[in-house]
Amino acid sequence: MTQKLVTQTQPGNHGQGPLPGSLYGSETVEEDRAPKLTWKHYLLALVSDRVTITAVLFLMLVAIGAAGAGWLAPYDPVAIDIMNRFIPPLSGTADGSFHVLGTDQLGRDVLSRLMHGAQVSVSIGFLGATCSALVGITAGMIAGYRRGLFEDIVMRLVDGMQSLPSLLIALFVLFIIGGGYLNLVLVFTFLHWMVFARMARSLTLGYRDSMFVSAARVLGCKDRRILVRHILPNMMAPLMVLFTLEVAILILSEASLSFLGFGVQPPNASWGRMIASGRNHINTAWWLVTLPGTAIFLTALALNLVAGWCRNISDPVQSARWLTPKRGKKKQ
Amino acid sequence: MPYLVRRAGHSIILLLVVVTFVFLAGRMIGDPAIVMLGPSATDAALEQLRNNLGLNDPLLVQYFRFITDLLQGDMGVSFRYGFSQMPADQFMETSGTPVMELVLERLPQTFYLAAVALSSALVLALTLGCLGAMWPRSWVDNLVNVLSLASVSVVQFWLGLMLILLFAVHLGWLPTGGYGEWYHVILPAIALGARPLGRVGQVTRSAMLDELSRPYAAAARAKGLPEHRIVSVHALKNAGIPIVTITGDELVQLVTGAILVETVFGWPGIGQLLVSSMSTRDLPVLQGAILTVAALVIVVNLVVDATYTYLNPRVSFSSRSS
Repeated sequence: MTQKLVTQTQPGNHGQGPLPGSLYGSETVEEDRAPKLTWKHYLLALVSDRVTITAVLFLMLVAIGAAGAGWLAPYDPVAIDIMNRFIPPLSGTADGSFHVLGTDQLGRDVLSRLMHGAQVSVSIGFLGATCSALVGITAGMIAGYRRGLFEDIVMRLVDGMQSLPSLLIALFVLFIIGGGYLNLVLVFTFLHWMVFARMARSLTLGYRDSMFVSAARVLGCKDRRILVRHILPNMMAPLMVLFTLEVAILILSEASLSFLGFGVQPPNASWGRMIASGRNHINTAWWLVTLPGTAIFLTALALNLVAGWCRNISDPVQSARWLTPKRGKKKQ
Repeated sequence: MPYLVRRAGHSIILLLVVVTFVFLAGRMIGDPAIVMLGPSATDAALEQLRNNLGLNDPLLVQYFRFITDLLQGDMGVSFRYGFSQMPADQFMETSGTPVMELVLERLPQTFYLAAVALSSALVLALTLGCLGAMWPRSWVDNLVNVLSLASVSVVQFWLGLMLILLFAVHLGWLPTGGYGEWYHVILPAIALGARPLGRVGQVTRSAMLDELSRPYAAAARAKGLPEHRIVSVHALKNAGIPIVTITGDELVQLVTGAILVETVFGWPGIGQLLVSSMSTRDLPVLQGAILTVAALVIVVNLVVDATYTYLNPRVSFSSRSS
């Protein structure tokens, strides 16, 4: 009995969110929920959505460019070549080298710097969001599950910190402890865990008295197992959406902080730093400011689009619209 | 109103936490005397200055002096402004420009910029949002959606630089920065207002769509009211709550966004003061600017919550906090 309860509430639902099968009445669910809605359906729905698939492909391009910057970048990102400075995009130099996106004020290749900058910008966003998610989800889940004094303390802290201007606090903290990669991640974790804590707590509150948790408890599961194996998988969909949005927010924040001089230190590139150093040459070399900013904009845009798609697909009402036509086609 | 009293109490506690944090952080970044006089100063001069500034007192004494001074509107004196060519051993606490003076001098410009940015963004966002809801899937509706997506994906300072590139460098229509004439405010206001425009527009649109599908809107339509009247008189008021919430949220963002936008456009506001005090390591000015901005944000949050209770008396705040 209890075993059945557990399997019914989360049938293969590991990280993909509430399944849309619940829409089609109990009989259909019995018949084709488990075999039909695999990752292939999600993939198909993704491929047929032109905007989102473009966003995903762009993000993959950024990820490949960033991860493979060491081999793929055409030039050394810090090699100074003063004779060939301010070469506009798509033009060759006198000595025969070709710069797709031009060179900067020190003759460094902009494309290579963009790729190495992506390494810093994207990984800070990703790492910062991961650390804040770990801290926030742990605190939020324990608060929602245990309640009591711990919950009060955590939620007071969350309320208080969320009503502070995070960029300002980040600036001030970085001014004191100094800029740099690890400090940025640290500051982002410190200032963004509350978002995850708030959501994890409210979701845990919704599950803690539900049937499958009681069943797990009756079976003798320890609290930690209940939280990690039973409650957490059910919260994955909204948390993934939040995570994606946070990565975008952190990439933008990193750019802002780097622009003010608190990011990674030169000669290393990050997108925000590239804009900051190109700013002085805005009159003569438009590409130095335009290109890294466009990279930030497009990456954040793609992340927002993907987050929106994930939200739609994991929402039982919305996802029917995305997934049902494909089901119909398959049957024919 | 017990809720508002409790809410104000939270704000005061939060402010106190920020003050403590700013004070402690100020003591952590090194000896202010060395920062002021430079590495070449003699030990005697440094000691003299420490005595003058009260840096030799116990930390707790300094902390209480910091708070009592703040309560009297005294945030110390600048290390840089008004402090020039003064022999090191004669440096007195009164020689620099008071931080309060600097802050009060800059604050109106920031308010001016924020007011222009927010009010024009709001007017545009409400109009576009309502039109988008009236004609779903029209070009206005698409515009609202694109704007809202773009506004959360763009970095404000980069938008500012792009505006400079287009309107100042290439077209030459507007100045690259500065302050004085009315047209100086246009580009910074666009850079700062883009985000609230997108987000408020989106929220207006969806709240409006909700309201227009309700029975009272159908009733108004049935008795022959023109659509624009239903939207502007009946529905907009009911859609107000989410709009006020998001506007308050954006107002807080605006205060911090101003730091970057002011830096880009050389706008003499509190944000620029803050950034320049960081590069000159002018600690009292930095502390003063941070405290001012933080206090502003806390007050804005309080006002938004108060407005919210006024607009939506149904929400029980005692249950929300528990």
